[in-house]
Amino acid sequence: MCGICGCGSSKLSPLKPHHHHHDDKHSHSHAQETHGERLVRVEQDILAKNDGYAEQNRQYFQQHGIFALNFVSSPGAGKTTLLVATINALKNTRPIFVIEGDQQTDLDADRIRATGVAALQINTGKACHLDAHDIGHAVQSLKVPDNSLLAIENVGNLVCPSSFDLGEAHKVVVLSVTEGDDKPLKYPDMFHAADLMIINKIDLLPYTNFDVDRCIEFAKRINPAIEVLQLSATQEHTMGAWLEWLNQH
Amino acid sequence: MHEISLLESVLETLETQAKQQGFQQVKQVVLEIGALSCVEADALRFGFEVVMKNSLAEHAELVIIKIAGQGICPKCQQQVLLETLHDPCHHCGSFGVTVLQGQSMRIKELIVI
Repeated sequence: MCGICGCGSSKLSPLKPHHHHHDDKHSHSHAQETHGERLVRVEQDILAKNDGYAEQNRQYFQQHGIFALNFVSSPGAGKTTLLVATINALKNTRPIFVIEGDQQTDLDADRIRATGVAALQINTGKACHLDAHDIGHAVQSLKVPDNSLLAIENVGNLVCPSSFDLGEAHKVVVLSVTEGDDKPLKYPDMFHAADLMIINKIDLLPYTNFDVDRCIEFAKRINPAIEVLQLSATQEHTMGAWLEWLNQH
Repeated sequence: MHEISLLESVLETLETQAKQQGFQQVKQVVLEIGALSCVEADALRFGFEVVMKNSLAEHAELVIIKIAGQGICPKCQQQVLLETLHDPCHHCGSFGVTVLQGQSMRIKELIVI
């Protein structure tokens, strides 16, 4: 039995419903008592359970001074390489813990552990995203101490993780220049949900057709407030602005 | 296919409601899906039958009500209908319209026995 939420498996507890206006565009029958049938109003967000756990996580992080970041990208954008480089730069200045989400294998957690930092791998199996319930359990089993940096590397996927709040302070979307510069328009939900966009592999720019200005313009169409940093996680001298961003948050 | 995860969450809510409101079978599930939400109605319909199999909502009808996307333009302050998150304001052409409605995914009501 889980100590956080009382779950025996992955069952989640119910949360409060939201208020909502009735919409008159639908055409189904409102017959209240036909052949023993009756109408039950639910008026609840489908993600209410996840959002409830995310809020619990967020409160826990705030109470314990844990700065949680949710790293999202398509597969291969360089999230793990960015985390390894970030850990190597900062591990002597603050406690860092990592939660790795992948459908299969412990390979990413192994790469993080090689830096000397504790990492927990969550294999989501068929699921394409981490959810807030996973994160609550992971934080407990990692025993993340107060005032840590908690990096959550989500499953490589620019679609589904945008819907699932984990309780993080910020979503950080990583986009590499070996991808298309039009990805913000192709996957708008993620760029709408993120607070920071990191354009990675910037050292490879001369070998690609990636237009940095165009990419930033597209991202800002969707999310005018999004911050943008450009770096290459394999080139230490390009990491300064990112490390400064972390220090200021 | 996070639609499957969402439908599993719907099923959990149905099971909880069945206990709270005292019903055994669900005949119809009405969802409200925002035009700007990260979900495809067709994928929900495809997954619904699979996820509800052998549950209290097996053979239930799924009704999806689409909720239009709406926003307000930060420049001209006019209300804007949105089909995507990157639509410009159709009054003044500015981007960055603030979304007011159309991102939610809700279980509205059920018909039960």
